[in-house]
Amino acid sequence: MEFLKKNPKIFQWLFLLIVFFALCFAIEVPETYKFIRGQAEFVKDPNQSTFVFAGKEVRYYAFDVFWRLPPLLGWLPIWINDSLFFLMNDWMPMEFWNEDTQEFKTRPLLLQISRNLTAFMTFIIELIREILLGGLETIVAFTSWDFIDANPWAELPGLPWTIVAAGATILSYKLSGKGLAIFAGLTMVYISIFGQWKPSMQTLSFILVAAPLSFIFGLGLGISAFKSKRVEKALYPILLVMQTMPQYAVLVPALVLFGVGDHAAVIITMIVAIPPMILLTLLGLRAIPPEVIEAGRMSGCNNWQLMFKVLIPTARRDILIGVNQVIMVCFSMAVISAFIGAKGLGFNLLLALNQLNIGLALEAGLCISLIAILLDKMSLAWANKQTDYFGNLTFFERNKNTIFFIGAFVIGIILAYIGTFLFKGTFNYLFEIPHNKGISTADFWNKGVDWIFDTFFVYIKAFNTWLIQDVLQPMRALYLRMPAIATIVLVVGAGYLIGGVRSALVVCGLTLFIALSPWWDRALVTTYMATFGVIVSCVIGFTVGTLCFQNKSAAKFMLGVCDIFQTFPSFVYLIPVMMLFGITDTSVLIAVIVYATIPATRYTIEGLRSVPVGLHEAATMSGVNKFQRLTKIEFPLAFPHMMLGLNQTIVFALFMVIIGAFIGTEDLGQYILKALSDKNGAGIGLTLGICVAFIGLIFDNLIRTWVGKRKKHLGIA
Amino acid sequence: MSDTVIKCESVYKIFGENAKKMLQEANGNVDAKTFQENGCIVGVNNASFEVAKGEMLVVMGLSGSGKSTLLRCISRLTDATGGKIFIEGQDLLELNNKELIDLRRNKMGMVFQSFALLPHKTVVENIAFPLQIKGINTDDSISKAMDMVKLVGLHGRENYFPRELSGGQQQRVGIARSLAVEPDIWFLDEPFSALDPLIRKEMQDEFLRLQDKLQKTIMFITHDFDEALKLADRIAIMKDGIIEQLDTPAKIVLNPATEYVRKFTEEVPREKVLLIEDVMDQTTSNNLGDLRVSKDEIIENVAEKILTQEKTVGVIDKNNNIVGSINPTKIINTVFGGRKNEN
Repeated sequence: MEFLKKNPKIFQWLFLLIVFFALCFAIEVPETYKFIRGQAEFVKDPNQSTFVFAGKEVRYYAFDVFWRLPPLLGWLPIWINDSLFFLMNDWMPMEFWNEDTQEFKTRPLLLQISRNLTAFMTFIIELIREILLGGLETIVAFTSWDFIDANPWAELPGLPWTIVAAGATILSYKLSGKGLAIFAGLTMVYISIFGQWKPSMQTLSFILVAAPLSFIFGLGLGISAFKSKRVEKALYPILLVMQTMPQYAVLVPALVLFGVGDHAAVIITMIVAIPPMILLTLLGLRAIPPEVIEAGRMSGCNNWQLMFKVLIPTARRDILIGVNQVIMVCFSMAVISAFIGAKGLGFNLLLALNQLNIGLALEAGLCISLIAILLDKMSLAWANKQTDYFGNLTFFERNKNTIFFIGAFVIGIILAYIGTFLFKGTFNYLFEIPHNKGISTADFWNKGVDWIFDTFFVYIKAFNTWLIQDVLQPMRALYLRMPAIATIVLVVGAGYLIGGVRSALVVCGLTLFIALSPWWDRALVTTYMATFGVIVSCVIGFTVGTLCFQNKSAAKFMLGVCDIFQTFPSFVYLIPVMMLFGITDTSVLIAVIVYATIPATRYTIEGLRSVPVGLHEAATMSGVNKFQRLTKIEFPLAFPHMMLGLNQTIVFALFMVIIGAFIGTEDLGQYILKALSDKNGAGIGLTLGICVAFIGLIFDNLIRTWVGKRKKHLGIA
Repeated sequence: MSDTVIKCESVYKIFGENAKKMLQEANGNVDAKTFQENGCIVGVNNASFEVAKGEMLVVMGLSGSGKSTLLRCISRLTDATGGKIFIEGQDLLELNNKELIDLRRNKMGMVFQSFALLPHKTVVENIAFPLQIKGINTDDSISKAMDMVKLVGLHGRENYFPRELSGGQQQRVGIARSLAVEPDIWFLDEPFSALDPLIRKEMQDEFLRLQDKLQKTIMFITHDFDEALKLADRIAIMKDGIIEQLDTPAKIVLNPATEYVRKFTEEVPREKVLLIEDVMDQTTSNNLGDLRVSKDEIIENVAEKILTQEKTVGVIDKNNNIVGSINPTKIINTVFGGRKNEN
């Protein structure tokens, strides 16, 4: 009792838990309750109740309201759908001039805008694609199909792969030096001789459009948010939701607005990639010391010069992290947007995963990862590039890179020409190695997988069964056993204890949205999988991080590893786990754990690093040993930063759980995937996405509030 | 004074939402307390002074005294709430944005306490920055910047990044950058406060050497009274936004206007600040010894000589005319006795 009096917080938490468990036991599981699977929810069931809101009939399984809240928000997806259709098909019809038919045509405004945007995007993508691979579309865009028919020569020839490879190498050399040049060269050669050239260039052309556009828009919006409080206030909630919204969920509305194809993929990628860019731009600009701004002003900068010559370069560190994020998101979207018809490596990867051809998936995945790392490193090197004003260079030295490229260009063309004689009747391997006609190691990997499966089947299966039966199933049952009211009380109570009334209200609103949507059960399953993944990830991440921190080079090495792993698109993580565990929940969870361990490890190391040196020395002089220093000094001070890592871990885990639906899990992700192939899926997809985002935001809000208070308390805000 | 470069007429800077309105209602009688109760903070309170061409005015005050705010009003990094500021006769507050930028590009240079160098540019690029902003081409701006690098003694380090330099070296870059456009007016905001004492002394000497050569009109902000005494032609001492006293170092030491100023002067070694002229008797007696001292000498430098004399020593001006006299007792009184008398 003394103890409780001294620690009123602990008493409050205990009280909250007691209330929670009391509610859990007091509210019985209704006899009619069962976890509804798959299609059943879309089939009319006589046991369902209905209600009508705003002219929409919503059907649901009625339970005791303490057990599960009625899905009062069930009309929302339907309503979103109808509004979207109305906007697209009936809103603001206007007369538009149609080039092809030479007449005015009546079309809804939004449809016209969307069509124009589509045409524009398609044109840029095709232009880059045809420079790399050759084709007709660009010339058609300027002339017409008739022109092409009349002039069979009018076709962009495309570059031989040797030239593109040489170009990438020389550019890397110019930007960064030998190391990157060798990496670029090897990457390009690998892509080519493994027969992934065409899909890789398709993906590249998609990224070369999406990434710069995302960068420009993100930077621009970030700047305007920095300059105007009002813009920031308007953007902030959208940014928050977008940050935690799974990329899958945005696909469906985009499908409705922009249709299927690369252009829709680019737009959707921009929507996903812009928010982190805005946030990091804002963060970087905020952190600029006021004296630097004043120095810029006193140097006589006008607003434009101040922004682009002083502020943005000074905030470069954060903006570059933003660029890195943009590239990361672009590549992970390159895979995901294959669902809505983007061509390239992502499509091949999905196809291979679908056919369970692990070897092919591995090769495609490796290509994506390699290009991602290459582009990331190149953009970094570009931003850090220095000019030499004093070297007295000859003409050759100044222009050697250009000269080399021209040389490579000529040699490439000559080689391709020789190739036409060398490989008469077959494919010209010196021009382009066609898909699946290169070397492939797929068989090797597939055999390897088979071998692993045959050899270790017993153990893997035993582990699998144990994990599912003894850990996952009970955990899942526990989560589903929670009455909705009890969960809400727990979450809101936690919000109140951590952040007071304000936090409690925010959290309450977020939880209620999920509880009132028709997918509370699914959300619980998502949460359970994420929780499991987060717990394991954190244990691994915190341990590995702490161990690595003991040695400087180990810490540096680990951060490097995290960097590389972060560049892999999330889908790639599914490949090795499917190799080992096949199509089970275990696979998804292991992918979740691997993926979510990255931020946990990174933030642990960074947090421990940020402990001031002075404190270290003070501790050492007080005669603590290494272990005491860790537990008494470093952990308490690094803890807030580590909690931010936990926050990231949760978001990463949620993303992976949702993507895991591709292998087949019974959570929100499954429905999102289903909504993709549903004509009326837009509303459902969006609402589901918001639900997932809100799960993330509940934890986000609690953790951030706590961290803020803790940091203030420790005086390290 | 002949050529007034900077002229302030009752300048006010008040932070807060209703600052302008409250200032008008106060009718020139600003009381910090009443303003604070209404959510306004008084930064600069009725500052009026002039700075002549080639003069160095040091504004001295503790942190929060409004000295940096005053400087920012005069460079118009913030807009003054009330009053008038003239730069070479131009009304600063009337300038539009373009004219202001023009003024800064050609007439003003500023050095900052935390150096405020651009982290992504090398030494020479930082120095060339204001020139490039002005629109001067790369070759010319870089070669001009290299002259500046030599002037501040950083030759050989022009390709270093700021993070690779020590604090003193970084501030040399800051000084070089502020001088690159050859401004007439030079603002320095606590330029040496972030430096070690030894480096600080070195930089002060360096600064005096530069000023000797360049003869700029200078406003120098510091919280260090000794620094102010060492550098200033005139010192303005600020407290709570009000200029308590504005005078030459010697006059401030001899006649502190307020109790606040007197506290600063107490610990000052007079022999290092005062000139013979400041303590000599205007009357010349016929009973002078053989020694003659210049009226512009600092007491410390000639004290020993004077003290060994038994007779009164004659004081001469530049043309060797006797303008006054000083006897050893006077020296002893100045150095040791002055404080007791004041107590």
